[in-house]
Amino acid sequence: MTLEGARERWVRTGGVELCVAELGDPAQPTVMLVHGYPDSKEVWSEVAARLAGHFHVVLYDVRGHGRSSAPQPLRGGFTLEKLTDDFLAVADAVSPDRPVHLVGHDWGSVQAWEFTTVKRTEGRIASFTSMSGPSLDHFGHWIKKRVSRPTPRRVGQLLGQGAKSWYVYLLHTPVLPELAWRGPLGKQWPKILRRLEKVPGGDYPTPSLPTDAAHGAWLYRDNVRARLRRPRADAYAHAPVQLITPLGDVFLSEKLYDELELWAPQLTRRTLPAKHWVPRTRPDQLAAWITEFVTTTEGGRTTSAATGPYADRFGGQLVLVTGAGSGIGRATAFAFAEAGARVVAVDRDAESAARTAELSRLIGAPQAWAETVDVSDEQAMEKLAEKVAAEYGVVDVLVNNAGIGLSGSFLDTTSEDWRNVLDVNLWGVIHGCRLFGKQMAERGQGGHIVNTASAAAYLPSRTLPAYSTSKAAVLMLSECLRAELAGQGIGVTAICPGFINTNITSTARFTGVDAVEEKRRQKKSARLYGLRNYPPEKVAEAVLRAVVRNQAVVPVTAEARGGRLMSRFTPRALRAIARMEPPL
Amino acid sequence: MQREWLRERGVRDWFHLPFAWFGDRTAFVDFRIPLQFFPTNRRLEAGMPFILDMAPVYKGFTADIGYSGSLGPNPLQDRLLADLEAHRELILREVRERRPLREIYQDVDRLMVRQGYANRHRAYPFGVIAHKVDRVKERRWSPHLFGFGTQSLKGLASDAVHGHRDGWSPLWSPYRFSDHPPRPGLWAVEPHLGFRGTGAKFEEILVVTDSEDPEQSAFWLDDDLPHVRRWAEDK
Ligand SMILES: NC(=O)c1ccc[n+]([C@@H]2O[C@H](COP(=O)([O-])OP(=O)(O)OC[C@H]3O[C@@H](n4cnc5c(N)ncnc54)[C@H](O)[C@@H]3O)[C@@H](O)[C@H]2O)c1
Repeated sequence: MTLEGARERWVRTGGVELCVAELGDPAQPTVMLVHGYPDSKEVWSEVAARLAGHFHVVLYDVRGHGRSSAPQPLRGGFTLEKLTDDFLAVADAVSPDRPVHLVGHDWGSVQAWEFTTVKRTEGRIASFTSMSGPSLDHFGHWIKKRVSRPTPRRVGQLLGQGAKSWYVYLLHTPVLPELAWRGPLGKQWPKILRRLEKVPGGDYPTPSLPTDAAHGAWLYRDNVRARLRRPRADAYAHAPVQLITPLGDVFLSEKLYDELELWAPQLTRRTLPAKHWVPRTRPDQLAAWITEFVTTTEGGRTTSAATGPYADRFGGQLVLVTGAGSGIGRATAFAFAEAGARVVAVDRDAESAARTAELSRLIGAPQAWAETVDVSDEQAMEKLAEKVAAEYGVVDVLVNNAGIGLSGSFLDTTSEDWRNVLDVNLWGVIHGCRLFGKQMAERGQGGHIVNTASAAAYLPSRTLPAYSTSKAAVLMLSECLRAELAGQGIGVTAICPGFINTNITSTARFTGVDAVEEKRRQKKSARLYGLRNYPPEKVAEAVLRAVVRNQAVVPVTAEARGGRLMSRFTPRALRAIARMEPPL
Repeated sequence: MQREWLRERGVRDWFHLPFAWFGDRTAFVDFRIPLQFFPTNRRLEAGMPFILDMAPVYKGFTADIGYSGSLGPNPLQDRLLADLEAHRELILREVRERRPLREIYQDVDRLMVRQGYANRHRAYPFGVIAHKVDRVKERRWSPHLFGFGTQSLKGLASDAVHGHRDGWSPLWSPYRFSDHPPRPGLWAVEPHLGFRGTGAKFEEILVVTDSEDPEQSAFWLDDDLPHVRRWAEDK
């Protein structure tokens, strides 16, 4: 058994007996998890365990799967009408008085779309969370529209999804799929899942897999052709829908959902960088989104407060930003807050970190905390990592941004100066990556690390030798770490901004000059950066975009992009520029 | 509406016509040129922040006042409004210290950045945080230029000419021409905070005199104003 502590019961309906498992307190709202193909209810074991603390969680084996019995004969026994009967029978048994919150994956989601869009279930469904399984009726209309009024783009989308559906055609051939599943494919499947889908091993899939897969072929044969040819015209959802789209799904194109708002007016969209089997690979994220959606619909609200760009991706995620008390770090914290993320604002300046956290809460972060830590202090960083993991969870996005400026020729730079700048700019990043990267890797559910390097990382100069060295190290560290963590679904990005109008110029140290001259240079460089007037908010936008697209190195501002091109193609010109005295 | 109400009560001219900004226009989102100040057809909806700003001239005396609020609760704008109190105190304190206007401007800027906000008065003509207001001759016919009363503009211009000779300016800006201590007179001061699509400001008259007594050398004309009352209530 992979569903620990589950209570079991059997529900008889339409000539079959369904195996139903329940977890959690029955007095709480009921969340019903419907599995897909080729699976049994155990596919949900990780998600169910996480939901059981808040909800009455109900799972059942779809007819012909797991320990539920199969209809006789098989042909015609798996129509969506019969599957709807099953759902109503289970719902009436486990939650007779209150509507249930449906969650479906793959074919479980295809079925649940039917449940959510037919008249006879109205009032029995409180909400529906769909992942990787469209409504066949919506799909039918989607195809019709593209066939009847083809534009190059529409034809492309059609061919794209057509290519992803190869297995659907195979499943329509008689007998062969059954033979394959009961034979070699059934044996190889766990390995295939591990290798291609990155599904962790353990007690999943269950031994019933070959029969599940063989019976389940009738799900396709009984429904797909009929519905795609004659899709229902009234397939409107009568409950709020949350659509979770894994962007790396090799079976379904996200374009399928382009016009979903027409069918499901109360729609919340979520995306995550993952493959098809998200209940196995991303249980934390799913449990968090389901919990939030169920809780808000129970509370009578349907839309979340966050409205910023990428709210579909970052809503509810835990984001930690260092140097969040000012400039780029603060703007980045705000941008994530607007996308609905939970924000940990870290800075060595307590007051400014608190301010960032407070404003983050006002613009969309469901929760935000301030932590006063010096990133160069190894012990303090270790304490922070422990506290964050224990109290807020594993960080989904880490932004190592804290940094200080140091200007002055190499010969004027003391070893003390060197130590200071390397301690913050390089060691701060190392500590962050080491501690939080380790937690991400151990959790095994992906994540992203952003390190703020600088255009100075690839632009030599006679004025910023120490600063540029620290940033070049950060750039290379990011590239190496990216290679190492790619296999675990953790992305790493180095951001390389040019001249950004922040406080850094007023706090930067200038070596080799007296205090008065230092003040003058700080003022002067602040003026110059002010004239350039590139706002940190735009760097923050680039940070979010880079995470969504998993970009490796992102120069921000025209001078940073131009410099990067020059460093590749005309390095000698850059060396000549490096010898010039700056206008300070 | 405001124009009609005040007209019936003897207002014959305006330093500038009433402005009203709703929603993200309160933070001047995407404003590039000052002409974008002018009213649009946007309707005020629940929860939206707004700013009203008008400068009627009554029997030759100009008042230039501004007020922010929101229709229904808006916790973010409440926060901005509460944070304006520190600016009102800072400005008065530094004017009494007779600090150069340009430096006061920069201190206000720094405080805004520390608070996490953007300076939105920079979007006003010449980026001013304040300007002098004066008596205006009442004329039967007083045309407006881009919403500003020509009589008042004339006053400002003549001040600018005199001031230029003596090294001061009726505009309180971040530029070198504001590098002088506050001039006695009436200043309409309007610090304007912006934060991600929400803005808040007040505009009040600051009286600057040539008195030796610091208390008398500068004071806010009126302390019984909606935002000031609010700060007192919150304490
Ligand atoms: N501003 C630019 O032009 C520019 C260009 C390229 C790269 N960067 C980099 O961007 C990052 C952010 O800089 P910014 O411009 O926003 O500067 P900023 O000075 O406005 O903000 C930096 C923040 O980091 C905090 N901080 C500094 N040292 C710390 C430490 N040891 N522990 C914890 N917090 C610390 C500061 O208190 C401050 O709040 C830095 O790494 C900087 O090197 C800046």
